[in-house]
Amino acid sequence: MSAQPGPRPRVGLFATCLVDLIRPSVGFAAAKLIEASGCDVVVPSQTCCGQPAFNSGDRRTAKALAWQAIEAFEGVDYVVAPSGSCAGQLKKHVPELFEDEPELSRPADAFAAKVFELVSFLVDVRGMKAVDARFDGAVTYHDSCAGLRELGIRAQPRALLESVEGLTLTEMKDSDVCCGFGGTFAVKYGEISDAIVAKKADNISAAETGTLLAGDLGCLMNMAGKLQRLGRPVKARHVAEVLAGMGDEPAIGEPQGR
Amino acid sequence: MNAHSTSPAFKENAHRALHDPALQRALGNVETGFIGRRKSAADKLPEFEALRDSARDIKNHTLAHLDLYLEAYEAKVTAAGGHVHFAPTADDATAIVADICRRVGAKTVAKGKSMISEEIELNAALEAAGVQPVETDLGEYIIQLRGERPSHIVAPVIHLNRDQIEADFRRVHTKLPPERDLSAPESLLAEARGALREKFLAADVGITGANFLVAETGTSIIVTNEGNGDLSQTLPKVHIVLASIEKLVPTLEDASQMLRVLARSATGQEITVYTTFSTGPRRPADVDGPEEYHVVLLDNGRSAMLAGEFREMLRCIRCAACMNHCPVYHAVGGHAYGWVYPGPMGAVLSPSLIGVDKAGHLPNASTFCGRCESVCPVRIPLPKLMRHWREREFERNLSPAPVRSGLAVWGFFARRPRLYRFATRAAMGALSLLGRRKGRFGALPLAGGWTDTRDFAAPEGSTFQARWSAERRAR
Repeated sequence: MSAQPGPRPRVGLFATCLVDLIRPSVGFAAAKLIEASGCDVVVPSQTCCGQPAFNSGDRRTAKALAWQAIEAFEGVDYVVAPSGSCAGQLKKHVPELFEDEPELSRPADAFAAKVFELVSFLVDVRGMKAVDARFDGAVTYHDSCAGLRELGIRAQPRALLESVEGLTLTEMKDSDVCCGFGGTFAVKYGEISDAIVAKKADNISAAETGTLLAGDLGCLMNMAGKLQRLGRPVKARHVAEVLAGMGDEPAIGEPQGR
Repeated sequence: MNAHSTSPAFKENAHRALHDPALQRALGNVETGFIGRRKSAADKLPEFEALRDSARDIKNHTLAHLDLYLEAYEAKVTAAGGHVHFAPTADDATAIVADICRRVGAKTVAKGKSMISEEIELNAALEAAGVQPVETDLGEYIIQLRGERPSHIVAPVIHLNRDQIEADFRRVHTKLPPERDLSAPESLLAEARGALREKFLAADVGITGANFLVAETGTSIIVTNEGNGDLSQTLPKVHIVLASIEKLVPTLEDASQMLRVLARSATGQEITVYTTFSTGPRRPADVDGPEEYHVVLLDNGRSAMLAGEFREMLRCIRCAACMNHCPVYHAVGGHAYGWVYPGPMGAVLSPSLIGVDKAGHLPNASTFCGRCESVCPVRIPLPKLMRHWREREFERNLSPAPVRSGLAVWGFFARRPRLYRFATRAAMGALSLLGRRKGRFGALPLAGGWTDTRDFAAPEGSTFQARWSAERRAR
């Protein structure tokens, strides 16, 4: 692993709601990777980035939660989230929420400048080129939309995955096409969401790998849930788990403590 | 005008579409055809991204000075011997067209492809005035035979398969030998051309849309691949151009820049087969052309958009790249959207034109994947504008009650971190126990939209924050 010289930056880990509630092991994997990149990790008291409210048209709640996050992460050098979607909300949309309020927009912009998605932080900010991890098997990688299009994350996870011993990456068809999750969309328009994820599941299966990786737990739960309902044997994991050498825990939606 | 829209029934429309095997088969063509062609056209042009910036800037500049460019355009059209008619509403526009047809005693009208004509429901108005409209674009011709609406703004019959069109032709073209071979798409095209040729010659009035209007010269521009638009506007005595006010560009140079991004974004062509410039009626030295040239300039809600937060939508040049790249459009097709404009551009435009109370589903039926914005030739921030509609709906209490109350409960906890940590820790612990055996749920209360078709992963147990503070304290 790489470590840059100089004092160790202090990174506030923004776990994201889904990791906090559903899959804490992703948070530990993220912390391990951030520490390996030469940083200290703190986890300030936190709830949600506010994206569900923002995308449902409830700007007032979105602003309240954004401001809560800005205050919670005061004093850290970076804010890192294992999610392109939540990092995109904090980096790209939080400044929009305060752009008409001069006294709030400056701290909002300063906060947004510190925010990074996990894998792009490791590669683009910390210069990490390889990880010290082993994973035996073939994987395919889904590019989650917000990470890909709002934050330009595409090469970074693939570069680090290449350094994982024993791992081979097989690209699926249309890896950059939405999986149909879309936050509340998945429930509000469940039938359409299902039609989209069904296509995605076919592309995943056609890649003929045992494992599906992605950088966003929402998309992963959607794809894993469809694969499992269809009885497909592909296991789904957050990319951080594999990069941190924690790819032998039960996969998403698998029983705990075998 | 009371627009005929089934947008309020979007969910039911989508349900039908998802269970229509013929439609699903046809929709496969959207993904396989348009996307690859656009990409290879864009990749071949090193300055394509810069051209998109330039196209955006040209449109922004025009919209900022639209009043001046409209005046200049009108003056040029008049100087060339044409007439400009301003139509504040759809009804005004249809009345203007019907009046012209009546004055010249028109019995049939040959029409080029025009989405404005769909928006104002011109065909119904013409028929009511005793005038027979004939669609001459192959796709629109088929749509007219079937009594349908286009399902796509560039490819009107993308929802149909070849065999369905063959059946329509056999049903309608009864004078042709029944044993004829129509198995090749070219034979369908040839048959439609044969049927249309006499209509062109008989038409008293030709109506076309416009892709651009040029203020500098008073020119209207259409792009087509079939040449039907040219016949529609040169053969009849009267040519009527139907266009909305945002079609203006300042100069011919600007128009040619816009054409470079339009064709590539729409069909992946460097330029469409026919790009036709019309300026006024036939001049004495011209070998052909109409005796009268009219432009009906439609507002229908657009000047109100100019002043508000949806102004950027007026940059749209109707290339359809957004819907061609939209996973929701791929799943349900254009008719499910319930009005003239489908896909992401329709999700922003339709609420502006027919009201968010009717079209409220459309800006919500998006995953915000952002692929539309990433290909828009004039860089319209479509997801952001859809989100603005969701904000208007939320303010007006138009969002569905379960969504509002769900959000309110979640927001209450999320704004109280200590309570949130306590409550989520307890809830996740309980859920984890319930899901322990399988690791996932096949059904969950209030989440049927998800669990009807997908499993839902059970939580690992304690929350990350609880585990983190416990483990770090133990160090």
